Amino acid sequence: MSLVKLATSALALSVLAATAAAARDQVQIAGSSTVLPYASIVAEAFGDNFDFPTPVVESGGSSSGLKRFCEGVGENTIDIANASRSIREKEIKACAEAGVTDIIEVRIGYDGIVFASPIDGPAYTAFQPADIFNALGSKVLVDGAIVDNPHSQWADFNGDLPAADILAFIPGTKHGTREVFEDKVLLKGCEVTGAMEAMMAAGLSEDDAEDTCIDVRQDGKSVDIDGDYTETLARIDANPNGIGIFGLAFFENNQDKLKVATMGGVAPSTESISTGEYPVSRPLFFYIKTAHIGVIPGLKEFASFFVADEIAGPEGPLSAYGLVADPELTVTQAAVANETPLGSK
Amino acid sequence: MTETTTTPSASPPKKSSLFVLDERTRKRNAAETRFRMYGITAISVGLVFLVLLFTSILRSGIPAFTQTVVKIEFVLTKEQFDKAESKMLKTGEYQNIFVNALIGQLEARNLDVNVDSKSIKRIVGKPGGMIRSFFLENPDQIGTPVSFEIVASSRVDGYFNGRVTRDTLVDTRFLKASDLDLVDALQEADIIQGAFNWNFITGTDSGVDNPGGAGLGASVIGSFFMMLVVLFLSLPIGVAASIYLEEFAPKNLWTDLIEVNISNLAAVPSIVFGILGLAVFIQFAGLPQSAPVVGGLVLTLMTLPTIIISTRASLAAVPPSIRDAALGVGASKMQAVFHHVLPLAMPGILTGTIIGLAQALGETAPLLLIGMVGFVAREYPDGIASGFMDANSAMPAQIYTWASRADPGFYEKAWGGIIVLLLFLITMNAIAVILRRRFERRW
Repeated sequence: MSLVKLATSALALSVLAATAAAARDQVQIAGSSTVLPYASIVAEAFGDNFDFPTPVVESGGSSSGLKRFCEGVGENTIDIANASRSIREKEIKACAEAGVTDIIEVRIGYDGIVFASPIDGPAYTAFQPADIFNALGSKVLVDGAIVDNPHSQWADFNGDLPAADILAFIPGTKHGTREVFEDKVLLKGCEVTGAMEAMMAAGLSEDDAEDTCIDVRQDGKSVDIDGDYTETLARIDANPNGIGIFGLAFFENNQDKLKVATMGGVAPSTESISTGEYPVSRPLFFYIKTAHIGVIPGLKEFASFFVADEIAGPEGPLSAYGLVADPELTVTQAAVANETPLGSK
Repeated sequence: MTETTTTPSASPPKKSSLFVLDERTRKRNAAETRFRMYGITAISVGLVFLVLLFTSILRSGIPAFTQTVVKIEFVLTKEQFDKAESKMLKTGEYQNIFVNALIGQLEARNLDVNVDSKSIKRIVGKPGGMIRSFFLENPDQIGTPVSFEIVASSRVDGYFNGRVTRDTLVDTRFLKASDLDLVDALQEADIIQGAFNWNFITGTDSGVDNPGGAGLGASVIGSFFMMLVVLFLSLPIGVAASIYLEEFAPKNLWTDLIEVNISNLAAVPSIVFGILGLAVFIQFAGLPQSAPVVGGLVLTLMTLPTIIISTRASLAAVPPSIRDAALGVGASKMQAVFHHVLPLAMPGILTGTIIGLAQALGETAPLLLIGMVGFVAREYPDGIASGFMDANSAMPAQIYTWASRADPGFYEKAWGGIIVLLLFLITMNAIAVILRRRFERRW
């Protein structure tokens, strides 16, 4: 019996090997989990509206997406990498070494990062970057001296905040969101509170001081979340004292469970983010391999469809879901139409 | 379970009676009673957790099997069709046509509520794709009245199944409290109603703004093709390897080393096989990304040690007298194994295989790395070859994807998907139990 099966399975394998050479006819995308929802909306609409097959959009994070993007040119590599940050010099170099040159950068819009807490939890309604830094930094300035963070309650350093235990769920280091949080909140708070100046006065170089500023405390009051926002939501559901960091779209989809805090006195909304008033926001991108245009059917059509006014514009489905539309969308549309590669502006 | 007796037997001390328990016997009996209590407590705690788990799965997952539909009949004219097809976002135009048709019918019925296109758009989900594909497939229906059942938006659905209530609803651009009045009026007019969600079982994945359109069907097919690969590779390879190791291989350092390593392989975390799959099958061998065949190959590697270990155990359980008898009447070693030992070991082998398959069916981690997690299971395969080679997801990967999406409607779908996956696993395990009960022989 097993001999017969062995023979059939060997046959099956050879059939598979023969079909493996068949050309890929759908666009392959991978990367940031922040861009994934938008990409999936566009991919579904693309499949519904065009005769091309629906593109495949994988998750995994900006860095791993760009890494796979830079593996080389060919059908076994992805065509588009989604990223919640712009591509780094190092990555462009890695790409070039693998033969991936002429990358088109497409900015699809902006995403806000919000601080939210359970709707019936303590009244965290207004934060300043300094508050977040004082609560979560590993070393803070107390009475003119840099010390290990002694604060256990929000009211310890700011009487306007509730006297509740500090507990924050922040994105883990593999998330692009973490970088924005570090740059625009922790570092800002570090500078505002004077902690950075004090660190440099104590003999740290500027780079070292910045590194210390963005270092979060390790005593369990700040928890890294490596999963998605749903995990953050589940964690603050279980810890009503906690605050969590979410994307604007996620918060808007769960407003019956969450309340949002202002940052620097500005409430996050599509308007305040598009004007740049709300401080914690970042652009979202995707990157296209020019070498795959014309080889993979529908690739260029998909990219143009993604940035079309009907999709990424202020009235389109992406805005309806929570993306902050890019005011300079026409520039992006032209760049896609002309296949303008990165670095030639 | 072995028989235990509670009454002490054997020789009593000289001065005591058989009918009066002495101190030591009482202590022993008390210890035994305590042990039984511990056992019962342990089982009850386990049962409580099981019941909790099942009730929470069922409570969260059942709503995924129902949906709220807006039922209306309307006519699409040839001009409307041509105009919509000439646009870039055709589905958006179909949605507008549908919304306008619905508003027209509501006004004709003179309902006592405000009807405006924005609130209608918030109530209906994303009907454009469905309407377009219907008319593309049935062009002869253009110009005639067609009855449609359009899935309502996820929050209206939540209102019907109790997830969204008037107290918890916060006015957002997704749904406003005033829309609920319109929903109530529509329900009274029998335009909006609950229905069984067949699409959840047969449909494909949908974009994050369209939870009503999401279904598990395509990923079930993906899982099926993966299981085919696993079955047809791991069963013959596993059985052949175990027969050789158990019956023919000399006992030396090499075979010992192989045995130890098979046991080690069984304990390797599954994500490691995913990394291996990415490096070997996709980057080196050039197989396509996100394809069930790669998923199947990776899961085969993961299942092989399980099958080898269980097969060897069932071969070893066949008494040596069977082999000796076969050899004694002149059978060759191979005849003894294939005519006598293997048939007797078959029930155990099948059980081990099914349990290995069930384990592989529920595995997500290795699939993360070979591109089967994300917005993948959008299209059904066209045929057998495409089923193996075209991008698809698998049930656990689909559940994982849904659970990470922002809309609470998808969270519900994830729980519903867990129910379906559990049904598959329970069925497979039940088959394994039945096979074992029917064919197992004891000596």
